Amino acid sequence: MSRSVVLVDAVRTPFGKAGSLYAGTRADDLMVRAIRGLLDRNPLVDLRAIDDVAIAAATQTGDQGMNIGRSAALLAGLPNTVPGYSIDRWCAGALTAVTTVAGAIAIGANEIAIAGGVEHMGNHPIGEGLDPNPRFLAERIVEQDALAMGATAERLHDRFPTITKERADKYALNSQIKTAKAYEAGLIQRDLIPTAARNAELGWGIATMDEPPRPTTTLEALSGLKTPFRPAGRVTAGNSSGLNDGATAALLASEEKAIELGLTIKARLVTFAFAGVEPEVMGYGPVPATIKALKQAGLTIADIGLFEINEAFAVQVLAFLEHFAIADDDARVNPFGGAIAVGHPLASSGVRLILNLARSFEAHPEVRYGITTMCIGLGMGGTVIWENPHFKAGVK
Amino acid sequence: MTTEMKLPEGAPQEVITHALVRDVDLAAFGGSGTMALITLDNGQDHNRPNTFGPASLQSLDAAITDAIAGKPAAIGLTGKPFIFAAGADLSALGFIQDRTQSLAIGKLGHDVFRRLDECGIPTFAFINGLALGGGLEVGLHCKYRTLASTALTALPEVFLGLVPGWGGATILPKLIGPERAVQVIMLNALNNNTMMKAKDALKLGVVDAVFEPADFIERSIAFAVSILTGATTVERKDYSNDPAWESALATGRAAVLKKYGGAQIASPTAALRLIAEAKSNSRSAGFDAEDQALSDLTMGDALRASLYAFNLIQKKRKKVEGAPKPALARKVTKVGVVGAGLMASQLALLLLRNLKCPVVMTDIDQERADKGVAWVKNELVKTVEKKSMSPEAAQRLSLLITGSVDQSVFAGCDFIIEAIFEELSLKQELFKKLETIISPECVLATNTSSLSVEKMSQGLKNPERVVGFHFFNPVAVMPLLEVARTSTTDDATTATAIAVGKELKKVMIICKDAPGFVVNRLLTRFMGEITDAVDEGTPPAVADSAMSSIGFPMSPFQLLDLVGPGVALHVLKTLHNNLGPRYRISPTMQAMVDQGIRNFYIKNEDGTVVVNPAALALIPKGDSPSTPEHVRTRALNALAIEAKMMLDEGVVATAAEIDLCMLMGAGWPMHLGGILPYLDRSGISDSVCGSRFHPAGVASLP
Repeated sequence: MSRSVVLVDAVRTPFGKAGSLYAGTRADDLMVRAIRGLLDRNPLVDLRAIDDVAIAAATQTGDQGMNIGRSAALLAGLPNTVPGYSIDRWCAGALTAVTTVAGAIAIGANEIAIAGGVEHMGNHPIGEGLDPNPRFLAERIVEQDALAMGATAERLHDRFPTITKERADKYALNSQIKTAKAYEAGLIQRDLIPTAARNAELGWGIATMDEPPRPTTTLEALSGLKTPFRPAGRVTAGNSSGLNDGATAALLASEEKAIELGLTIKARLVTFAFAGVEPEVMGYGPVPATIKALKQAGLTIADIGLFEINEAFAVQVLAFLEHFAIADDDARVNPFGGAIAVGHPLASSGVRLILNLARSFEAHPEVRYGITTMCIGLGMGGTVIWENPHFKAGVK
Repeated sequence: MTTEMKLPEGAPQEVITHALVRDVDLAAFGGSGTMALITLDNGQDHNRPNTFGPASLQSLDAAITDAIAGKPAAIGLTGKPFIFAAGADLSALGFIQDRTQSLAIGKLGHDVFRRLDECGIPTFAFINGLALGGGLEVGLHCKYRTLASTALTALPEVFLGLVPGWGGATILPKLIGPERAVQVIMLNALNNNTMMKAKDALKLGVVDAVFEPADFIERSIAFAVSILTGATTVERKDYSNDPAWESALATGRAAVLKKYGGAQIASPTAALRLIAEAKSNSRSAGFDAEDQALSDLTMGDALRASLYAFNLIQKKRKKVEGAPKPALARKVTKVGVVGAGLMASQLALLLLRNLKCPVVMTDIDQERADKGVAWVKNELVKTVEKKSMSPEAAQRLSLLITGSVDQSVFAGCDFIIEAIFEELSLKQELFKKLETIISPECVLATNTSSLSVEKMSQGLKNPERVVGFHFFNPVAVMPLLEVARTSTTDDATTATAIAVGKELKKVMIICKDAPGFVVNRLLTRFMGEITDAVDEGTPPAVADSAMSSIGFPMSPFQLLDLVGPGVALHVLKTLHNNLGPRYRISPTMQAMVDQGIRNFYIKNEDGTVVVNPAALALIPKGDSPSTPEHVRTRALNALAIEAKMMLDEGVVATAAEIDLCMLMGAGWPMHLGGILPYLDRSGISDSVCGSRFHPAGVASLP
């Protein structure tokens, strides 16, 4: 028993630098804004018909606690009858929220559901409240490096010596350039929900653009940055994603329901897979996850026409590309740039990848399949394969 | 552009509401250009709302200048979380010494606010939270207004003895028409400062759109864009030829008449005049007239007394003068009410609704007890029908109220209040009996209006647990509670009584156990002068209207009818016996009670109110009638003398508490400051007592 699951729509708040744009804004308020923006864009959806709300956050305390799924649903003004739950798979939180509700839709338990994620890294600094079991290190279940994401990225450079700092910096610069171009063409703004953000000294403002991008950066500037994770390292603030605040939300439905209600269909979910690797090289996770997902779908990498891969670190994208023999600057990969430019509010990023892919699908009817993939702390990767509903055989 | 403004000497430092400007890109909302969004924020939380003093107005002025300089497509104005603005900073008003200062502050407000109308750029007020008085008026100067669905708004100026003098009295009638403006400015303000809910404000046309608070600012900006692009239009009607001006003003006058018993009170009179002038004047002329009206009021004793009264009520609502540490209060988890008559049932209902704990009632037979319980339950049903309580909440409460003839049900009570027949020996006997049932800590409270609480406690094993707990009728409505301590009442008992009173949301004073406590003692003394005058041959109509010019809510005989001659006579006799012959037993009142005549005024079949011929016939034919002036003087003199005696006897600690009692327990108006500021300013305190009750400037012009 399995039914076709589709992405109806996805949106996000503009992303901010941690402790800056949204310093005076609560995480749950960001999440609420994303949900309300999503529902505003889809007035055909009867709020009472929403079967569930799955919201991810990597740190589930304070303004991201209290079962953020249910509390965001209530704060967003959804009827009391709409349930909600919280999801955690660290960076792949929103991606997992999507695959989880998709599973419920596929088996017929749900018809329409909201999946999203939020991370306010200003309010919840990375590593906040973590209490790693001493056995991890004492029994060498993981190495010390596994617990610091930057260190895992350095370990990836160690494993793949052909991926140099220069390649990583160049990739990072390209991400910034692609994002700047996408902004110039208005390709990113269309899915941003303007979000009121108060600053006690400046008053109310409205966030309408991502704060993190550095469109004027240069290779020289990038090459001169410090390597904070080890002396003479390769991972810098410039070739990594930053510490960010933001929220994303997606609307998923069974294809039958979407058609019945006349909802937009922006992508069709083919399959998904999560896979584990050594926690010390967590950035490699997308490779086995993608291999597994392709196998499940009966596809090969050659069938994939568009890639949205989370840029936690440039090296981790490059390791993926190198494995599948894709060029560092392949136009199919992250055409609007990625997390290195716009930021990576941990558990929210999965839906950002999906909404970008959905936009690329619209522009590329010749492409039939695309993937969204990301690496996940403690050694995992997650990949979702999507089919382009606008695909027309024989185009181009 | 604005005149330099300084705070009057002695005024507390202004908490400045800063006006912060930021640009918003309207492209994200489908518009073009930018909006200069001004945020009003005094840097404190919602417990200290934004207000406008001189420096705040100058900050807004500078923000408007900055905003205009950026040549924006629109200017928006909003507040800090939960608060838009609560109006003028009144803390400095009481320190203004001369009219030019007052005129300047009025004009400064107009000069700044009107720029929002006159700057040539579309302006929008995004009223995200509470907006009162000047806080709403600044929004009225904007071309359009949005309102958060949970925000309350009001123009409370007339309630405070002012006029909406920063544009409200002029703009609102022109914007929404005379009838609705009278509703907002007059009727709401006079009706105990009723605030508008968002749906009311929308219906009245005070605002153009209402949005939910979750994304109020974003939706408000989207609304602004839809106005700018023409997608949304808002019709503005010209009311200058509206046929309803006369009738609306008449409605306003009638409301004033009812509130102040026919007295000419400056603030509502001025407000009605400003509304009337708004029919045909220019905005500018209206603003000038507002400045003049505001200055006249500010330089009058009535406003100073009103501000004193307002601040007094706010302060005493939070902190009860002379109260023991709240930590001494014992937990109250079960309450007893002795008696199941109407008064007792009202008390039971009030206690039940607020304490939400088991309430047991008793009476001399089961039938009466059942009747009391049934009354309470029926009131709960009515509350549900009026939708002011959920059926579940009512269900919860109705399971908590029980009645019995057997007083053993009081076992386990933490607080018992008696409301049985006003007879000392009965109450003494009752308390003795209760001591055999209840714990030594259970508070025994009495709702007696004039009997000695001390005597009720005598002979008890634990007299320290007895306290007077005197409500005013109707107990759910009248805000005052007099808490009377005997010479033995201990702090834990008093603290528990105060804690219960707080739960009941009452304003409280702690007084000595003295006959009639505060309100009844003063009212009875005052009333005695009126009945004496009548008994001496003053025509009742003359005596009863003698006080009308000062603005009491009802005449003495109307009050007598409300209280009932039986109760009034009972209190009078107690006071006569305890305080002496200045509390003279009026033969007329005695005769009314003897003959069972309950009303001095009756309603004719055609609805007109006339003196009850049966009561009239009882009045002795006196031969020394008084003039109205004479009646008034002797009544006010009597009040001054009695108040002085009460302070000398230490019935209450301060003159302010006497004022608080008359404001909250007798409903005497704020422009009298309760009563003592009026006695001071009319020279009565000086002439009768040799000195004022309050130093000049406290509740009067300095």
